[in-house]
Amino acid sequence: MTETIVFGIVLGVAAGVLSGLFGVGGGLLFVPTLLALHRSQLHAEATSLAAILPTVAAGVWRQQRYSNIRWKAAVVVGIASIAGVEGGVRLATSLPEATLRRLFAVLIILVAGQIAWRRRRD
Amino acid sequence: MLKLAVIGIVAGFFSALFGVGGGIVIVPLLILVAAFGERPAMATSLGAIGITALAGTVRYAFHGDVEWSYAALVGLPATVGAIGGAALQQRVHTRWLALAFAALLVTVAVVLVVT
Repeated sequence: MTETIVFGIVLGVAAGVLSGLFGVGGGLLFVPTLLALHRSQLHAEATSLAAILPTVAAGVWRQQRYSNIRWKAAVVVGIASIAGVEGGVRLATSLPEATLRRLFAVLIILVAGQIAWRRRRD
Repeated sequence: MLKLAVIGIVAGFFSALFGVGGGIVIVPLLILVAAFGERPAMATSLGAIGITALAGTVRYAFHGDVEWSYAALVGLPATVGAIGGAALQQRVHTRWLALAFAALLVTVAVVLVVT
């Protein structure tokens, strides 16, 4: 019991740091943490989404103070993303997933390279 | 405006398809396609994720799939981390922020292929 709580708190803080530092939700760490705490895949994903809410609320609060947020863009991207999720869920069941994952992984690495390359002389 | 809507749709699509978080897609696209600086891209991504996560939470909660005590166990400590992370982001040089984010992307790519 105590171990579960300590594990959850430590990984929770780590997920929050990733979220605040890089502008991601924290699900990257929440989902594996919840799986390690013996939650099912479905419940881990659902619970991760709920855990993201206080996390991004805290991040948004700070970023607002730093004047880094462009709200109009955030709202457009956020709402459009809900529509994208619908499409993704529908397609997920009907595609050769392993191949797509590899292609997507290659794409992510290319993007990472480009993001790093842009700042090579800064 | 159209560009931003497409970024949102693409982010939602890939996050549903591969189980990656929206931020992994939104941040690079805001930087590379919408010409955002690193810090505004990451901050704006947080706002967008909040909206998407809220919609997703409502949907899952309706089906009874959210375990609220576990969400609080990891989500409340995460607020402390997020405040620290945002403060760190504000102080670190943009170049190092870009490099560290690129490293995070590579890690995600490796995890995608390995798992």
